[in-house]
Amino acid sequence: MNMRKSTVIGLALIFVFSSVLVACGSKDASSNGKTLIWGRGADTKSLDPAQVTDGESLKVTKNIYDTLVDYKEENTEVEPGLAESWETSKDQKTWTFHLKKGVKFQDGSDFNAEAVVFNFERWMDKKNPYHKGGEFPYYGYMFGGYKGDKGHVINEVKAVDENTVQFTLKEPQGPFLANIAMPPFAIASPKAIKKDPEGLGKHPVGTGPFTFEKWKKNDTITLKKNKDYWKKGFPKLDKVIFKSMPDNSARFTALQSGEIDVMDGLNPDDAKTVKQNSKLKLSEQQGMNVAYLAFNMDKDTPVKDKKVRQALNYAVDKQSIIKSVYAGLATPAINPMPDSIWGFNKNVKDYSFDLEKAKKLLKEAGYEKGFKLELYAPSDPRPYMPDGRKVAEVIQSDWKKIGVDVKIVSYDWQTYLDRTGKGQHEAALFGWSGDNGDPDNFLYVLLDKDNTRTPDAGNISFYKSDSLHKDLIKAQRSTDKNERTKLYEDAQEIIKDDAPWVPLVHATPGIAYQSYVKNGNFTHPLNNDKLVKMDIQK
Amino acid sequence: MLIPVLIGMSIITFSIVHAIPGDPAKAILGEKATPEAVAQLKESMGLGKPLFIQYVDYVKGILSGDLGTSFITKTSVAEEIGPYLAATMELSFAAMVIAVFFGMNLGILAAWRHNTGVDYTAMVIAIIGVSVPVFWLGLMEQWVFAQDLSWLPSNGRIDARMGFEPITNFYFIDALIQGDFVAFGDAFRHIILPAVALGTIPMAYIARMTRSSMLEVMRSDYIRTVRAKGVSEFLIIYKHTLRNAFIPILTVFGLQMGLLLGGAILTETIFSWPGIGRYVYEAINNRDYPVIQSGILIIAFIFVMINLIVDLLYAWIDPRIQYGKE
Amino acid sequence: MSANTTMPTPTPSPVPKKNEPKIEGTSRLHEGWRSFLKSKSAVIGAGIVLVILLIAIIGPMLLTFGYNEVDANSRLAAPSAEHWFGTDDLGRDVFARVINGARISLWVGFFAVSGSIVVGSLLGLLAGYYGRWLDVLISRIFDILLAFPGILLAIAIVAMLGPSLKNAMYAIAIINVPTFGRLMRSRVLAVKQEDFVLAAKAIGMKDRRILFTHILPNSWTPIMVQGTLNFAIAVIEAAGLGFLGLGAQPPEPEWGKMLSDCRQYIQSAPWTMIFPGLAIMFTVLGFNLLGDGLRDILDPRMKQ
Repeated sequence: MNMRKSTVIGLALIFVFSSVLVACGSKDASSNGKTLIWGRGADTKSLDPAQVTDGESLKVTKNIYDTLVDYKEENTEVEPGLAESWETSKDQKTWTFHLKKGVKFQDGSDFNAEAVVFNFERWMDKKNPYHKGGEFPYYGYMFGGYKGDKGHVINEVKAVDENTVQFTLKEPQGPFLANIAMPPFAIASPKAIKKDPEGLGKHPVGTGPFTFEKWKKNDTITLKKNKDYWKKGFPKLDKVIFKSMPDNSARFTALQSGEIDVMDGLNPDDAKTVKQNSKLKLSEQQGMNVAYLAFNMDKDTPVKDKKVRQALNYAVDKQSIIKSVYAGLATPAINPMPDSIWGFNKNVKDYSFDLEKAKKLLKEAGYEKGFKLELYAPSDPRPYMPDGRKVAEVIQSDWKKIGVDVKIVSYDWQTYLDRTGKGQHEAALFGWSGDNGDPDNFLYVLLDKDNTRTPDAGNISFYKSDSLHKDLIKAQRSTDKNERTKLYEDAQEIIKDDAPWVPLVHATPGIAYQSYVKNGNFTHPLNNDKLVKMDIQK
Repeated sequence: MLIPVLIGMSIITFSIVHAIPGDPAKAILGEKATPEAVAQLKESMGLGKPLFIQYVDYVKGILSGDLGTSFITKTSVAEEIGPYLAATMELSFAAMVIAVFFGMNLGILAAWRHNTGVDYTAMVIAIIGVSVPVFWLGLMEQWVFAQDLSWLPSNGRIDARMGFEPITNFYFIDALIQGDFVAFGDAFRHIILPAVALGTIPMAYIARMTRSSMLEVMRSDYIRTVRAKGVSEFLIIYKHTLRNAFIPILTVFGLQMGLLLGGAILTETIFSWPGIGRYVYEAINNRDYPVIQSGILIIAFIFVMINLIVDLLYAWIDPRIQYGKE
Repeated sequence: MSANTTMPTPTPSPVPKKNEPKIEGTSRLHEGWRSFLKSKSAVIGAGIVLVILLIAIIGPMLLTFGYNEVDANSRLAAPSAEHWFGTDDLGRDVFARVINGARISLWVGFFAVSGSIVVGSLLGLLAGYYGRWLDVLISRIFDILLAFPGILLAIAIVAMLGPSLKNAMYAIAIINVPTFGRLMRSRVLAVKQEDFVLAAKAIGMKDRRILFTHILPNSWTPIMVQGTLNFAIAVIEAAGLGFLGLGAQPPEPEWGKMLSDCRQYIQSAPWTMIFPGLAIMFTVLGFNLLGDGLRDILDPRMKQ
């Protein structure tokens, strides 16, 4: 082995490399049409929307598939999608949808009533030969189970004619339309499913604005323009690339250097930098979420006492949390749901940050000298809580002032779900992201006594109030919006007084993007990542 | 030797994985799942069976070449793991190239100018090099070279806008095959920061090893004789001494290469590098049992293989070493 | 985090050439001290370690700020006369946290390394002395543990036990066991053949006594040297686990955790990143230098 020679070769190689670098360092990358790169925190799990529950997966499928009805651009009310119009029977049990004509799937096959029926059958019927590729979790959540289950709400889906679909429900479902609009219930090509029902997760075929091109795992998913999209003139972009970059700061660096065009999951503290940079823009998504601290009322701790819970409510400085953990990208929470959802009770007054009152209440409850409490905090960031442990640290220092000594316990997300679902915590930080913009989706799921069953309790306060239960069930069965509103307003008052939670904040996640990105609907609480109208104008 | 190790590892991995609290069924169904749905899914996944049976099933699968199917992506691990493995190997290899090149030259320089300022400086660099936490170094590099100076990209393997189409998933090789020098250059720019971060510790080790073995060799009678014959200093060092110093360096190379494969999690996370460490780490977070088990097994297998190759290289370089003897 | 290994440092077998079962006499000690003073790296290393030890013990008493004094109104403040290292995102004094962190890191290093030494040496002793199937079994266990990617194994162990400083310590101790085990085994194999051991055996001394009065003391030096070097590795590993959120829990001011807490502020508030990182490096450097120096002193080959 001649070392000298290899050293020389090594040096020569370095020289060559560096000249290559210089030569191509500033290559103009926009040569292949309008390409948009969206940087995000995690990769997609599957491209079959019916199989996934995570936002990152749905973010991509939303742009490949369409749903029967869609959310409006301004709010979460429903507007036509693949269905042009619809009507419902008097008893609210039959829904008839009239489909758009001439729509084609990306594989050239026709979209029609049969296709809709085919998809619903595939989701709901566990015996269906195409019920494959996953567990279809969202279908079960939103429609009370699957075919044959007791709570399953859909009786039948049938094709009346080529362009008409009829749903028959067992009983009226208040949020039915809102449910149908959810991205997991997007219609996929029956031809593709029949070919390979499990393969849909890797080779998606829908009617949406973009078609699937390729997927490099844990790296990028590339979509290209669907030239035959049924909304004429759209989409504007030729190519969309979703790039997963787990580290928020690194993603932001990539945005600043122009490697990517849009990023979500902006670190709250970087918002300031975005505002100062003329090349970048910032949008705050109207969050449809809540972050809260749940007291476990089943455990034998001082928080069993309502006065103690109220006292602790008085002793949390939400503004300080918003300032130091969310960097202002959040609003304080008063009720368990944000005010962007109808039915929000404006008359409920929050427990103000008042240490004297808190001390007084503690004294009345007999805990003048304070007590010890274990507080769970998730170690992974959640959409509603970028850093659970830091939130816990702020609360810890607040409560110390009234003599309550908090021990923070932290687990990774799966362990966390497991332990809180079983009720092993004394108090825990938690949160919820809304699915369909209905109050039921917050209040019933998170606070009704029905949902205190271990080991997978949704109501991790184990708060069991009969008067609340009565209101919530009544509202669930009703389709009269006024009546439901009244019931939910009442429910929020009951909850406030019993104080099973400290509702902390509603996060308004920041999205940063290059100023040449136009028409992004970034503030929408649910569809901020639908790219139909988005454009690049340099 | 290899087989009992792999069996032992599979047992340990299997036991740990199943002892981690948390439920894969819940990880699949999401936090909104009902208890019934979770219980049902667990049943259908075979997670209700006794652990021993599950282990036997797993081993049977492995023996028939089936590494299992990811719970989350529903893709077979064998199919999925390739690109991750390639990404990590490419990064490790780049780190090693940096480590060997700079480490050896630093070591040679230090030995050549023994007990001078050059020697001390080199050794200070080396000792600091082994003391630096890799993840901190990576973050600092990003801060200085990517954020502040904007010289190099901070993320990923290649600019997504390139639309680069990998074949083997070793981007350098792929770019060369395709004759795409622009992509080659871009991949090169992307690998510099993570490779430097990852290569620093092995670099420092190699520098120290090189120096000490070189010093030893240079004192030997053989070299003194050669030197007395009037061969130039430079040639002596490169041609004669380095070969003798090669074995300890090779040891470091083998060990560090193996470590890089599994130990690059932090670097991969910081630099969004889609490698095997991150793949397994995320699987741990998702309780994706098949991926954790098979992923660790594969990493270990490669680790053992690398060490085997290194051992064989010893014997090839230095025929005095014989195997089979303690 | 790179290394759970220690092998790459040159470890020529330091077999004592003379048949002296024990180190004895003040002159010997004196000589040891003199050669210690001659080794620059040992002196510098010991100095650094001493400084960190002092900081860990008395530092926290001298501080004006507590390590968990949250102040939302002075977050991410730059270093100043009041806050020497600035403040972090919760407005806590970074200096106070770094100083308090020394205690945690030394603690973790000490217990993790002691744990590996005790378990590893014991296993190595048994394997080396009794040989046969016990040796095969124990050596296989070491092989298996070494074949694991160390950090992944540590992560899995912590995931199993739950994230906490204590569990991170266990994990680090476990992954470093084979290092000491193998070292001890090879030492025992070497010492076993020495005349004084053979003599002890010949006069019918019990195995246990031979192990503890002859073999263990004679194998102690390399273990201590290795222990010092592993201390450095344990500190880095603990910081790495902390960085992943698997080590120290809030509000403990563990250096690795401080880094992960503030990594998003690296541009706007670099002091939150620079100082904890330097603290790790400084500590690791100290132990590395000390370990290197000790090895140079105790290794007869390098003495010349």
